Amino acid sequence: MNAIVTVDQLSKTYKDGFQALRDVSLDIEEGEILALLGPNGAGKTTLISALCGITTPTAGQARVGGHDIVTGYRAARAMIGLVPQEIALEPFEKVINTVQFSRGLFGKSRDDTLVERVLRQLSLWDKRNNRIRELSGGMKRRVLIAKALCHEPRVLFLDEPTAGVDVELRRDMWEVVRGLKESGVTIILTTHYLEEAEAMADRIAVINRGEILLVENKADLMRRMGRKTLQIDLAEPVAAVPATLAQYALELAHDGHALLYHYDTGGERTGITRLLQALAEEGLNVRDIETRQSSLEEIFVGLVREDAA
Amino acid sequence: MNLHAIRAIYVYEMKRFFRTIFESLLSPVISTTLYFVVFGAAIGSRIEEVEGVSYGAFIVPGLIMLSVMTQAISNASFGIYFPKFIGTIFELLSAPINFFEIVLGYVGAAATKSLLIGGVILITAGFFVDLDIQHPVMMVAFLVMICVSFALFGFIIGIWSENFQQLQLIPLLVITPLVFLGGAFYSVSMLPEGWQTVTLFNPVVYLISGFRWSFFGVADVSVGLSLAAIGLFFALCLGVVWWIFKTGYRIKS
Repeated sequence: MNAIVTVDQLSKTYKDGFQALRDVSLDIEEGEILALLGPNGAGKTTLISALCGITTPTAGQARVGGHDIVTGYRAARAMIGLVPQEIALEPFEKVINTVQFSRGLFGKSRDDTLVERVLRQLSLWDKRNNRIRELSGGMKRRVLIAKALCHEPRVLFLDEPTAGVDVELRRDMWEVVRGLKESGVTIILTTHYLEEAEAMADRIAVINRGEILLVENKADLMRRMGRKTLQIDLAEPVAAVPATLAQYALELAHDGHALLYHYDTGGERTGITRLLQALAEEGLNVRDIETRQSSLEEIFVGLVREDAA
Repeated sequence: MNLHAIRAIYVYEMKRFFRTIFESLLSPVISTTLYFVVFGAAIGSRIEEVEGVSYGAFIVPGLIMLSVMTQAISNASFGIYFPKFIGTIFELLSAPINFFEIVLGYVGAAATKSLLIGGVILITAGFFVDLDIQHPVMMVAFLVMICVSFALFGFIIGIWSENFQQLQLIPLLVITPLVFLGGAFYSVSMLPEGWQTVTLFNPVVYLISGFRWSFFGVADVSVGLSLAAIGLFFALCLGVVWWIFKTGYRIKS
């Protein structure tokens, strides 16, 4: 795959000395969904703002579609669509006018067919003549997406696209994003909902205190860093974990009706076979077993905590 | 050059103007009528002629200037301040456009609006006094230059302003007094000699004088000096706007 966005040692230091980005280097591949995760103030929005031209970086370089964001800003920005975190729309303007305005701003001639397609895709066509102030929060967010898409960008930055959106609408939004990916748009998504990143992203980048901690394929990351828990339901409850099973660091659960065994999925041996044998030798009858994979949220919290330590 | 972007900004701003066309035009028409009633009929009837021109006609260029300057400033300053205020400025900053194109869109629209208002006032004035414009081409040229220069100035105020109060500050505290004291309702030659010298430090004197010359062929200062004053003001404003976009002053972090 080719990198459509290349970030090379990008830094941003504000006048008060606050370093929002520190030597950030990152390649974003064409057609992927990259989730940029980080706690509040980690530098997610600053990174997006620097790439889109809203903030001027103090050092480093970045290219979009091979165009430098400073020297070739016209070509670079023409390829980018940005959906900001805050809902910023002119309240008295009609939906269709504000979308057409965005298309013009990005140097594209009027195309009613395309604007209609974008508005229909986002379920906004029926609202096209409504004033922005008449729309709900979720609809306004869709208008922001329509504005970002109407100039046919190849790279779309979605900065917290589902913040403040109800669960149903959030799922709808995920469908929209998946549809965009299918149409070949590269998507960079920042989100607080790790469930969202887990459901949609191909790769995960974790940023904290202006530094990229890791960039990795989501499945690999979860396999590598994820831990699994084996729950063993016992036929008869036990008062304590037998001493002979101490090496397995078992946890007692459900009032002695279950034992929990944590193991590393990346390890060569999980120790499950030996544990089951040891349980049989101890005379404990197993009624049921189930496994649970740790979520991206647990991995993320672990990474950020590690970085803070 | 991103012509589509310039057009998009221009059309968007003009649509805003036409959305409130009634209020936009009614206000200057009413205020001009009031000025004619007060200065033209009530006070003007006691003043015979100024520089060979009836007083009612004499104040027309000054009245147009007053409205055109304040309208150009308020339209351009609001045009760029509003996106800053509601946060939509991000779209301008992230679009493939440069400062010159942004300025052309906003300032072009604000200048057009003030030109239209200037035209409406001129027509309104025609109902009260007989107007015989001696240099119509120069009159239009002066009007266009003043509209564009003051729209640029308004654009700077819009960028500088951090709240709606600041947006009103300069038009109210600086422009209106300068126009009133710049010979809008009198000829500089009517002042005592010492005050005539003081008045010449008011840049608006040169603008009103040049504009009045295009109407009646009489001026307080030479036409060349008036043109130079507008040119200098325009260049200064353009320089400041260029610096704003180069440094990102109050628009970019």
